[in-house]
Amino acid sequence: MQSQLPFYPDQASNFAPSVDSLMTFLILVSVFFSVAITAAIVIFFFKFHRKSKNEIGVPIHGDMRLEITWIVFPSILALAMFGWGAAVYVDFRHAPLDTLDVYVVGKQWMWKIQQPNGRREINELHVPVGRDVKLVLASEDVIHDFFVPAFRVKMDVVPGHYNTMWFRPTKAGHYEFFCSQYCGTNHAVMGGWVTVMEPSDYAAWLSGSTGENANPVVAGEKLFAEKACSTCHLSNGTGRAPSLNGVYGGTVRLADGSAVTADEAYIRESILFSNAKIVAGYQPLMPSFQGQLTEEDIMSLTAYIKSLQSQPVPATGAGVIAPGKK
Amino acid sequence: MSATPPKPPGYQLPEEHYLNATYGIRSWLLTTDHKRIALLYLASVTFFFFVGGIFATMIRIHLLTPAGYLVTPETYNKLFTMHGVAMIFFFLIPSIPAVLGNFLIPLMIGAKDVAFPKLNLLSWYIYITGGCFVLYSFATGGLDTGWTFYTPLSSVYSNAAVTPAVIGIFINGFSSILTGLNFVITIHTMRAPGMTWFRLPLFVWAQYATSIIFILGTPVIAITLLLAGLERMFHLGFFNPALGGDPILFQHLFWFYSHPAVYIMILPAMGVISEIIPTFARKPIFGYTFIAASSIAIAVIGFFVWAHHMFLTGESTYAALAFSLLSYLVAIPSAVKVFNWTSTLYKGSISYDTPMLYALGFIGLFLIGGLTGLFLACLGLDIHIHDTYFVVAHFHYIMVGGAVMGYVGGLHFWWPKITGKLYPEFLARLAAVILFVGFNLTFFPQFILGYLGMPRRYHNYPPEFQVLNVMSTAGASILALGYLLPMLYLTWSMRYGKVAGPNPWPATGLEWTTASPPLTENFDVTPVVDWEPYDYKNRPDLGLGAPAPPTLAPAHGDD
Repeated sequence: MQSQLPFYPDQASNFAPSVDSLMTFLILVSVFFSVAITAAIVIFFFKFHRKSKNEIGVPIHGDMRLEITWIVFPSILALAMFGWGAAVYVDFRHAPLDTLDVYVVGKQWMWKIQQPNGRREINELHVPVGRDVKLVLASEDVIHDFFVPAFRVKMDVVPGHYNTMWFRPTKAGHYEFFCSQYCGTNHAVMGGWVTVMEPSDYAAWLSGSTGENANPVVAGEKLFAEKACSTCHLSNGTGRAPSLNGVYGGTVRLADGSAVTADEAYIRESILFSNAKIVAGYQPLMPSFQGQLTEEDIMSLTAYIKSLQSQPVPATGAGVIAPGKK
Repeated sequence: MSATPPKPPGYQLPEEHYLNATYGIRSWLLTTDHKRIALLYLASVTFFFFVGGIFATMIRIHLLTPAGYLVTPETYNKLFTMHGVAMIFFFLIPSIPAVLGNFLIPLMIGAKDVAFPKLNLLSWYIYITGGCFVLYSFATGGLDTGWTFYTPLSSVYSNAAVTPAVIGIFINGFSSILTGLNFVITIHTMRAPGMTWFRLPLFVWAQYATSIIFILGTPVIAITLLLAGLERMFHLGFFNPALGGDPILFQHLFWFYSHPAVYIMILPAMGVISEIIPTFARKPIFGYTFIAASSIAIAVIGFFVWAHHMFLTGESTYAALAFSLLSYLVAIPSAVKVFNWTSTLYKGSISYDTPMLYALGFIGLFLIGGLTGLFLACLGLDIHIHDTYFVVAHFHYIMVGGAVMGYVGGLHFWWPKITGKLYPEFLARLAAVILFVGFNLTFFPQFILGYLGMPRRYHNYPPEFQVLNVMSTAGASILALGYLLPMLYLTWSMRYGKVAGPNPWPATGLEWTTASPPLTENFDVTPVVDWEPYDYKNRPDLGLGAPAPPTLAPAHGDD
């Protein structure tokens, strides 16, 4: 065991202090009620212990004021817990706009991770301290879960879905991560280490060894041509399908009159289930690409589409791009 | 021993009762007597408790060392899965309803039997059939999906014997549904004259609430597991994304039943506690209507909290907010019960008899289990503690600390009625204390493990978690002793125990007005109820209280 008070793990992200404060609040409330009720039971148990064989208790049937008190007072405390917890959760579920996006693919029983510049890692994740990091999570088989106790964050990694999670590391160091959704035989060894580095170290590490063709934007651009996406999705908007320039992060109006935000999950759905959401003014012509693309292909395509900014020029694929930057 | 009122000498077993009315194996296997069916269930749920307990023992031994001590990862995964399936579907869910509920509901409401005695026997055969399928699965490859059967792991990727297990649980579901139907109809139509709804023992209210969940919830789990089975056998794409299905849909359907199932386990235990506390405090229960209504409230609201198991699956933020709020709402009726039980002790005449020790232990453990449920319902906190040992500790506090303590406490309370014999009081108190200590030592360290970040269902773990795991295993060995002791002395007492007499405590319920063990028809004549529940003051037939002035005419002619 650690030498310091071993009940709270390391605090290494922006969420750690808020989750720990919440925990402390709930512990205090729980200790209050546990002590109060246990004390009442123990006192009553001895004070009102049966004195003679045939003694009976005083017939008290209830008290409406007490009932109302112990309905209203705990309800107020429960609402406080709910509200505070909701605030932390809503923050966690809504990543800031300008994030460092890292792609994470879980499969039985390993994690494949790709940095924005294409550098790949297995069961390792390097991130800079002080930067908002967003993980885009996909699974190739069953449900997994990416859990970093020191950051107090986790999110399920669900096949057929994109989930995202974000955090801002606040302390350089080495922190263990786990798969925390049971995923079969080697579930318990499907973990690894997050290395939080100073930004300059991270930049140096990132430029260290980059696979030549690994940049997901470049790979995505290649796929975009290979799969003939480019024949309809013309960049100037005159094609049979809408232009994808600047689509990421914006609002898309649909044929049924509703609107959606074009996030990773929307792009993924549009590739795999092309007729699920038809853009207003277009025909449902696009074929489904389900079964033809690997999770990593979809991530590359997504990265490429995210890189397309509003000016109609194709991405060059050079250098590090921060996808999602507007 | 001084606290137990000495038994008047000369009690004898009734000449004929339900146990000796007929003899032979056929008279048991073809019985339609609710009391004998209860004993059939008692034997079979005890068997499954034993099976699940052996798996639990192996799990705790394995986790003694960080690298895993006993078995391979494959076997470990099977152990915790089979532990969960045996304990939840074949022990906890049927335990109190099918054993104590079956035995007591007709006796408590003054009926001769349940409404449909043959259906009642059929329920047991269905349970046994389902159990055989599950045992077949355990014996031929085992089950490694987790008791939650999450897809697509269960429906596509697992190499274990998932299909027979799924069929077994599907079949077993009908047993729950029929038992629930039987109880609801019995309680509605077969109450004795004078047994109004608000004179019903709170155990019956709790069973009524549980039966509603049985009827409304069980079909959903049955169909859900059947769909998973069909996907596995015939590659129909319900949940597998590769076939166009949605794995999250499975979780919605699964938890729509499996969260209310937690209330199937705890509500009847709460009913048992609501019987024990007024009996051993010898006074009316505090806030009868609030305790009765809270059972119904828990059963109803319990159906609207299921997606709190799914806060981190990517479900919409709005859904998460709604389900978190509703989960806090369901905590309130549980809190109401705890406050009312505690207040019942005030100005009581409290004895230290074994059932009371279990009831007070239940309150303490349920309190911790319930309060830690608030931690998991808290959205921000759930991000960290979801799927860790914190969850494991929480639900064991509810299911073992709550439901099993209630069940064992109830068995002790009604043992004299069921068998006509008293158990050895000193050993029983000792076992209650051993269980309480062993339980806390086993499961409290797991809260800390969870907050430190140890995920559940891990066959190995980082070395810094070892101290807490060793504590937990040490506690489990004490806990095992605490379970073995009652199994031994209760069995012993069936033959050698002292004869109990009709009402050894004495308690106020109708079941205590007939012989122990009761006749096959339960009562000589249909009882008429003209007293309020848990009323000791106006019950001179119990022989308690200040000696009544001899001029006062007894309310009933039976003394």
